[in-house]
Amino acid sequence: MFNRIASLVALVAVLLPVQAAAQGIDETINTIFADYTGWYVALIFADLPGTNFSWIALWLVVAALVFTIYFGAIQLRGFAHSISLVKGDYSDPDDAGEVSHFQALATALSGTVGLGNIAGVAVAVGIGGPGATFWMVMAGLFGMATKFTECTLGVKYRNEYPDGRVSGGPMYYMVKGFKERGLPGGKVFAILFCIFTILGALGGGNMFQANQAHAQLSGVLGDYPGWITGLILAVVTFLVIVGGIKSIAQVTEKVVPFMGIFYVGVSLIILLMNFDQIGWAFGRIFEGAFTGLGVLGGFTGALIQGFRRAAFSNEAGIGSAAIAHSAVRTKEPVTEGYVALLEPFIDTVVICTMTALVIVITGVLNVDPETGLYVWNAEAGRISTAGEVAGVELTSAAYAQAFSWFPALLAIAVVLFAFSTMISWSYYGLKAWTYMFGEGAAKETIFKLIFCLFIVIGASANLGPVIDFSDAMLFSMAVVNVIALYLLMPIVKRELASYVGRLKSGEIKRFKG
Amino acid sequence: MSSETFVVAFEGDPDDPAVLDYAMIRAKAEGAKLLLVHVLEWSAYSFLTPQEVEERHGRRKQELSRANEVVMAPALQKCEAAGVVADGVIRYGQVVELILEETRKASATVIYVGRSGSQSMAARVFGSVTLGLAQLAPVPTVIVP
Repeated sequence: MFNRIASLVALVAVLLPVQAAAQGIDETINTIFADYTGWYVALIFADLPGTNFSWIALWLVVAALVFTIYFGAIQLRGFAHSISLVKGDYSDPDDAGEVSHFQALATALSGTVGLGNIAGVAVAVGIGGPGATFWMVMAGLFGMATKFTECTLGVKYRNEYPDGRVSGGPMYYMVKGFKERGLPGGKVFAILFCIFTILGALGGGNMFQANQAHAQLSGVLGDYPGWITGLILAVVTFLVIVGGIKSIAQVTEKVVPFMGIFYVGVSLIILLMNFDQIGWAFGRIFEGAFTGLGVLGGFTGALIQGFRRAAFSNEAGIGSAAIAHSAVRTKEPVTEGYVALLEPFIDTVVICTMTALVIVITGVLNVDPETGLYVWNAEAGRISTAGEVAGVELTSAAYAQAFSWFPALLAIAVVLFAFSTMISWSYYGLKAWTYMFGEGAAKETIFKLIFCLFIVIGASANLGPVIDFSDAMLFSMAVVNVIALYLLMPIVKRELASYVGRLKSGEIKRFKG
Repeated sequence: MSSETFVVAFEGDPDDPAVLDYAMIRAKAEGAKLLLVHVLEWSAYSFLTPQEVEERHGRRKQELSRANEVVMAPALQKCEAAGVVADGVIRYGQVVELILEETRKASATVIYVGRSGSQSMAARVFGSVTLGLAQLAPVPTVIVP
């Protein structure tokens, strides 16, 4: 026993200076990053003049609107067909054993469903009020058309190798699609996209996730050094992506969807428990959408928050989904577009709305009993809440009103969501890396090791400027990707017209149902 | 020679050739044709990692060629050597469902299945292939010990 305590003391004695040194390094990294990259972050997240609405969120929302109009509201017209495709009604039985539409959708969703749905929504509702939910749902519905466009292109222009592997994504449709349309600059776009993807994968897809996972864990377990969470997550990720231990990834991939289903299930139970208030809550959402109900900026405040969170949550237009969806076995690229449009629906319209409704119904947002308006906490810049909490803690507090055990479960869910997002982004980053530097075990291992190292850095330090920079990279992906989508959308329209024509004529066969 | 076809639910375990041996004896005695059905368990609703998604097409090719070389080809050769007319089919999906589908497609009159089958926990809880076939088969099913 004494030996163990002595070992522990020795370990702490060794680690404390390491941590102190790490903190010194953090500050240095922060300073360097803030000095050299601050201008870029400020540019990407710059607000439109006279508003607090970043132009990048508007960029994504406008793109979603353009694609919705251009493809004649494909998300509404094609919704039933999307469900049929996911159910396998049009899947050739001879293709059994290949990646099904359902599997491609589930894999892509495990990369997007996560902190955005839990913490992001709480931020939106906390600042923009219940009305933000309305605009979030609208942005999610329009974002479905963006996913349709990028994922159709992802499958159409993917690379198929002799060993049967398939690689696809924006970098491939930028080069091949631009060439097909006789447009210059495809390679430049592809390289830019890959650079942004690698940095975005290390930041938003890695450090931010590790950082938030640690924040949630230390909230439940009590404060402890972040590098412990980072090291554990890094070792597990290392075992999966470098060691090839598939069982861990498979377990996560299996647990995460059930966590998602469980989360929606608990939300539904809470809503049913407060059945009499659902009508009232929807009333608040609609009223708040157009009046703000006391939030700063009124109607615009609600709209901005809703649009912003939806754009940041479902990744429509970022290009990551096009990488995830491109490996499905289908002779018709458009079918994967149809399937992918369900992603923002599940992510934003269903899961985010559930979170928002629970927050509104459980009454964690403080309301002035006389006016019926929300109480604005000017100092914090958001609606006053029970216990004055925000972000993931607000979600946690809302669910805890109904089930006291929920915060512990939410901590597990957040860690698992963060881990599955990291696995997905390690893959997206790797695809961009191999596109730039070529394939090969040694080159791939270098990226994977860098990825694992960044997990420890992300969890152990409060690297605000670094994470801001990585987030800026993530949205820079959207800048190049959306331009490419605008230029290539006539190709998608042609594909869609041909597919719908053959579907109507019966040339495309329905195998089931 | 009768025009009957007997389906063999062929797991392909070389250490347990009883089902094939018995089916061959019966087919020879009755002049029937054998249809060996080997199913690779697969669900379109399982969850895959992005890496697995990328590699799936290649792996499927490998799995099919392995199943053909290691399981089906030796079994068909064995039938041919014994003078039994046999054909083989390899499918992906739910074992019971596909064996029944192939049985209907070939208008087979008997299904032969080994008793051993899977001894996994899942098989104990949800029922084995043997039990599934015995319960659902539209034709007589012979369980070979």
